[in-house]
Amino acid sequence: MFKNVTSKQWLGLAAFLLAIFVAVPMFIAATGRTDFYFTLTMVALLSIASGGVWLTFYIGRINIGQGAFGLIGAYASAVMITTFDVNFWLALPIAGLFAALVAVLIGLPILRLRGVYFAMITLVLTEVVKLTSLALDITNGARGITNIPRPDALSIFGVTIIPDFATMANPKLGFYYLACLLMVLAFAALYRIVNSRLGHLCRSMQQNEELASSIGVNISHIRLIVFAISSFFGGIGGAMVASLTQSVYPNTFQVKDSVDFMLNVFLGGLGYVFGPMLGTLTIYFGWDLLFFFGKWQLLIYSTLLIILMLILPNGILSLRLKKPGSDVAKAADAAGLALKEGK
Amino acid sequence: MTPLLQVKNVTKKFGGLTANNDVTFDVAEGEILSVIGPNGAGKSTLFKMISSFMSTTSGEVFYKGEKISNNKPHIIAQKGVVRTFQETTIFKSMTVRESVVVAQHLRATASLPGYFFGTKAAHHDEESFGRNADELLEFLGMGEIRNELASNLPQGNLRALGIAIGLATDPKVLLLDEPFAGMNHDETTKMVELVRSVRDEKGVTVMLVEHDMPAVMSISDRIVVLNFGEKIAEGTPLEIQNNERVIEAYLGSADDEIGM
Repeated sequence: MFKNVTSKQWLGLAAFLLAIFVAVPMFIAATGRTDFYFTLTMVALLSIASGGVWLTFYIGRINIGQGAFGLIGAYASAVMITTFDVNFWLALPIAGLFAALVAVLIGLPILRLRGVYFAMITLVLTEVVKLTSLALDITNGARGITNIPRPDALSIFGVTIIPDFATMANPKLGFYYLACLLMVLAFAALYRIVNSRLGHLCRSMQQNEELASSIGVNISHIRLIVFAISSFFGGIGGAMVASLTQSVYPNTFQVKDSVDFMLNVFLGGLGYVFGPMLGTLTIYFGWDLLFFFGKWQLLIYSTLLIILMLILPNGILSLRLKKPGSDVAKAADAAGLALKEGK
Repeated sequence: MTPLLQVKNVTKKFGGLTANNDVTFDVAEGEILSVIGPNGAGKSTLFKMISSFMSTTSGEVFYKGEKISNNKPHIIAQKGVVRTFQETTIFKSMTVRESVVVAQHLRATASLPGYFFGTKAAHHDEESFGRNADELLEFLGMGEIRNELASNLPQGNLRALGIAIGLATDPKVLLLDEPFAGMNHDETTKMVELVRSVRDEKGVTVMLVEHDMPAVMSISDRIVVLNFGEKIAEGTPLEIQNNERVIEAYLGSADDEIGM
């Protein structure tokens, strides 16, 4: 399954896993900055949703609607857990699948659109879901759903794999580990998608939809699959955020968040599977780090972002020494090209 | 025996403009048939309707007796009728080999989840795709440029790449869109040989739309001539060369000339 992964890449992966699962908790324990747990958990969850957005970029579609699917996932899991007493570990995947199902229904008409037209429609989605959640009874209108219980214990065949979060001495650490684990799984899946047949077909569509359909690729079908996977990621991210904050409101994800998801992807680099992770970390954590500038925070933050995007139009990861002609370099160029041409 | 491809009474109207009017002809298995005509004769429109990139206003196209017009392009391709494009329509950021590998999509035996999890069938597919790609590129004389990016190729190679991508789908009928346009004499000669070998050695029926008269005359078994959207002649190259209506369409009628 991962036979094309080089030993250098395995080493990089091992270092990354060691960093997030061992080094970060040690660092936090040493410095006593336990507030970082919440921030980093959010980064992990938001980067899952951003990873979904990245995948829609991979078929040449600008997606500014991930907040909608985050909200759908958050509400779906919250309603299941509070109203129907569903176990968190069952509610989480169902919430993702529900978001994917909604994405299929919405995607059927809107995925025919390209370029800025698709982007504009997706920009509206977040607002539509927000207004829907305000209007419905089951979502409890403007009051939202609060006091969502923490995840129960997860046991399979009587063996407890994950203990009940309510009984944990440090639920923050529990959430952090869970979020990181999901993030690693999500990006492993993304990597695998991009490097398997589906990814190759996506690349063919990104570069020329007419030619792709002439070789027998059912482009509308692939677009739907990709949009569904993307929204599944959004739904999972949203459901986890709801569980972490133990609440969900119509404002939990706003249009601004949808724009942020897109920015994360741009900033990390469109050509890099792991770009959204780095982008999310930079945007979310960077904002927090600038906190001590007080009223200058927004100004400095925005200026830095503009400078970053001017210097590194292909994203932060383009700093990596890229071999010309490598998959990564080509994908980066193609993604940039497809967007410039407004396809 | 039913002909492989049948175009029956195909008409296309854009508002008041008639691009094709009641065009009917057959393509027999294993032949090279060219559709020619002056600019604006409706060749490209006809071509798009056969490959379902455009719907017909009336009339039908049949492949092995089955209606294929007014369908979706990918379904027509699945049936074995595959079109190529002019040189700008390529996978820009893929190498030649990657393009040919991805174009074998229709030969896949594993499912998309199968590829995701790397099943045996998926591995088998990937290996055979790679092997096929190398063989095909060798056959087309493109072995040396297999690792070039498509966007770096010169025009002549791009056209060959288009044909390689089309052939990789394992078609029964290959529709070529102006394969000789913008080529010099040598390039045209090479391309004519290439198209002929595709028919002779791969057994692919070829239909092409073209301007270049000498090339068409040398390559075609039969020729269909369109003028102002209507078929005005059909026959062997020799018949077409001596057909008065064709000469008229290309050179203008004797009566039109000044002073007559």
